[in-house]
Amino acid sequence: MQIELTINDKVVKWEVANDEFLADTLRSHGFLSVKKACDTSCCGLCTVWMDGKSMLSCSVLSLRAHGKKITTIEGFPKEAEEFAQILSAEGAEQCGFCSPGFIMSVLAMKNELVNPTEEEIIHYLTGNLCRCTGYMGQLRAIKIYLGVA
Amino acid sequence: MENVGQSIRKIDGMAIAMGKPVYTEDLAMPNALVVKILRSPHAFAKITSIDISKAESLEGVQCVLTFKDVPNARFTLAGQSYPEPSPYDRLILDQIVRYIGDEVAIIAAVDEKTALLAMKRIKVEYEVMEPVLDFEQAIGHPSVVHPEEDLSCNFEIGLQKENNITSSSHEEVGDVDEEFKRCAVVVEDVYYPQAQAHTMMETYRAFTYLDHAGRLIVVSSTQVPFHIKRQLARALQIPASKIRVIKPRIGGGFGGKQTGAGDVFAGLVTLKTGKPAMIIYDRKETFSATTSRHAMRLKVKLGADQEGFIRAIDMQVLSDTGAYGEHAPTVLSCVGHYTLPLYNKTRAVRFDGKAVYTNKMPAGAFRGYGATQGTFALESTVNRLAEQLKMDPTEIRLKNISKVGETFLTGQGVMLGSSTLDRCIAKGKELIGWEEKFPRRVVSYNKVRAVGMAITMQGSGIANIGTASAEIRLNDDGNFTLLTGATDMGTGCDTILSQMAAEILEVPMEKIIVHAGDTDTSPYDPGSYASSTTYVAGGAVVKAAEELKMKILAQSAAILGVGPQDVEFDGLAVRTLSGDQEISFAKLAELTILGTGKLQLVGYATQGCEVSPPPYIAGFAEVEVDQETGKVDLIDYVAVIDCGTVINPNLARIQAEGGIAQGIGMALYEQVRYDEIGKMATNSFMQYKIPSRKDVGKVRIAFEESYEPTGPFGAKSIGEVVANTPPPAISHAIYNAVGVRENHLPITPEKVFLGMQKL
Ligand code: FES
Ligand code: FES
Repeated sequence: MQIELTINDKVVKWEVANDEFLADTLRSHGFLSVKKACDTSCCGLCTVWMDGKSMLSCSVLSLRAHGKKITTIEGFPKEAEEFAQILSAEGAEQCGFCSPGFIMSVLAMKNELVNPTEEEIIHYLTGNLCRCTGYMGQLRAIKIYLGVA
Repeated sequence: MENVGQSIRKIDGMAIAMGKPVYTEDLAMPNALVVKILRSPHAFAKITSIDISKAESLEGVQCVLTFKDVPNARFTLAGQSYPEPSPYDRLILDQIVRYIGDEVAIIAAVDEKTALLAMKRIKVEYEVMEPVLDFEQAIGHPSVVHPEEDLSCNFEIGLQKENNITSSSHEEVGDVDEEFKRCAVVVEDVYYPQAQAHTMMETYRAFTYLDHAGRLIVVSSTQVPFHIKRQLARALQIPASKIRVIKPRIGGGFGGKQTGAGDVFAGLVTLKTGKPAMIIYDRKETFSATTSRHAMRLKVKLGADQEGFIRAIDMQVLSDTGAYGEHAPTVLSCVGHYTLPLYNKTRAVRFDGKAVYTNKMPAGAFRGYGATQGTFALESTVNRLAEQLKMDPTEIRLKNISKVGETFLTGQGVMLGSSTLDRCIAKGKELIGWEEKFPRRVVSYNKVRAVGMAITMQGSGIANIGTASAEIRLNDDGNFTLLTGATDMGTGCDTILSQMAAEILEVPMEKIIVHAGDTDTSPYDPGSYASSTTYVAGGAVVKAAEELKMKILAQSAAILGVGPQDVEFDGLAVRTLSGDQEISFAKLAELTILGTGKLQLVGYATQGCEVSPPPYIAGFAEVEVDQETGKVDLIDYVAVIDCGTVINPNLARIQAEGGIAQGIGMALYEQVRYDEIGKMATNSFMQYKIPSRKDVGKVRIAFEESYEPTGPFGAKSIGEVVANTPPPAISHAIYNAVGVRENHLPITPEKVFLGMQKL
């Protein structure tokens, strides 16, 4: 089937299979920042935005993206880079495999939560797993980014 | 120092954080065949017939390979230096399958759907045999996991295949039984650290193709490119010169990627078809058909005199290596090697261990490599001993630990070159608030808080085996290229190695290009494991940089017409001490490479290591236990680390925090479990819980630097030692909270609850 969607502000028409998931469609069209690390919607690595809200692209059929606005980290290099700079200054992108999905969630959180507490930050990001860093460095980076102590 | 000791950002940090296409899958050719594996549904069986005709005839299927199509040479997937201690006990595909998940057939097709459809059309008949599932029953079990005649070892490892014994290890100094009789206090216990899954976020993957010269190119998410090359040459029975292994950025390894996984299957497909091939293990395969940490049973007996000096240690280990013996002998012996040297007031020490085959997924290398299991058992027993002696657990350590300049009983006279472990313990006590908090405080009617502690060590490289080479060139444009075989797996070794080179060459890091992890161009390096990179590869880089520096000085002096002692480095130039003449590196390069000299300046060094200096950690846990439910919350974890000189504090801190989180997982949440027929019950993140950011509490790291005389800039390792303290420290804290001593990891709320019922 053909779907029409906006990907990072560009309107595209893509041919997709009925049982194809968005993460795979995105990767096959060269949006290689989208990573996958599970088959059970558990890891958060595939996080992208649909109409401005973060979601797991591994768990949404590509057909569902018809008429939607999809944003990947390639879509807003400036904002993402601002946080990525802080993250990497902490050394908290160890293998980096989880970073793009994590950054998408952090940017979404910034839009959604005003002055979040540490608990709220941790709660918001629980779905983004990381096996390398133990999460502390990510938290330090977020606090610097949001300007909270 | 300008570079060493600074928290310099990783040179690949922004690219990986921003999701640039730098990982194996991102680099694969779009037309690569998709490789899938048909896996055994039986724990132990013989394939009596296999019909692939319906699969092969499917449109889009390129090849279907079975045990009839593979070379008949047994090999090991363990990525270790030659001669590998792990037995050559597997074929690429075997007629006997030895665990649920073992490979039965390889399917290559134009796309995944076709490959999966073809897989369904393969008809296999099995003669099912009685599996060995309980590792404590393996020795003497009527079933023999590896009866085959052609299984071989490079040297004696104590293998007795008819008894399912993969390897044996024994070390003994002094008369242990006599010494126990003389001790005032003797304590003893049995521990069961579980199998743990690595769960690196990027699952195992490789893609392969033939290059213009017909050589097999393997782009692999591996920690050990050179070992993969040798392993493939043996398994595929082709000359090693026909293989090139390239490691791109990799999405975590933790030791898992020291064992080969799909490389051999993709490689075989490419050899058979001549076409590019790509294999990606899904998460289920990664959980159930690769490797895990070795599950073990450890019996530890400790004896001390009245004053609390530990005089005798006896450790008996049984290790479950699963269906194949990858890393079985070495993980087993490391249980003792990385724990017994902690305490050197001993008069007798005995270590006895066996690794056994079972019909479960193989165990393999995992960060900590036996030290993790050994530390859990030994340190838990030391905590028990302290209690018996009515001593503070920190005091008994301070009294018994090995100090700088001392030897230890099983250490064959090797002297300890550096340690600040005593300061680590003192600092950790202070940070956690030990004096106020030990052992427990009631915080509400049903909640208690308590603290616990443990210490640990590891090695830095493997003494007398570890080696690494490095080469640094002065390029024609005045920049440098650092060639190393070290394998950055996110841990930042490309960065810290160039920090070291920059420090010696007195140039900014941007002037150094790092090229690593390519068996065609990198100098030999065994890879990133055994906590080797900083210490061994770092040592090679320092030597190579020093050699290049000498050459630059000598060559510049000759050009400037002065003696080598009359010149010095000055920014990106060499100048005379009098300051009246100078030559830039760019000019020097131009003259040496293009001019009359015709000699490109290169520094080259190979670093071996005679010793493996231990890094140390004192770990302290504070937990809160709900006395009604047994639920344990980790409140605070403090780790104070002696890794020698810290080369890059931020990267070292992240290593430590990440390793401790894995240790917390091992202590409280993670366990690879099998059902009664030997099928893995934990093959997704739904059943296998790794810590999320809600589960790790607060982890705090501090460094107590020592200076290791044999290390580059005084550095030792950090990568593995960080995984070891959480299980014993957390278990100790839980015991102090509610009196439950749980020796079977992980310590779940149910176990704590049931334990409390029994008190
Ligand atoms: S890939 Fe794991 S949640 Fe999408
Ligand atoms: S940095 Fe490796 S998984 Fe997060």
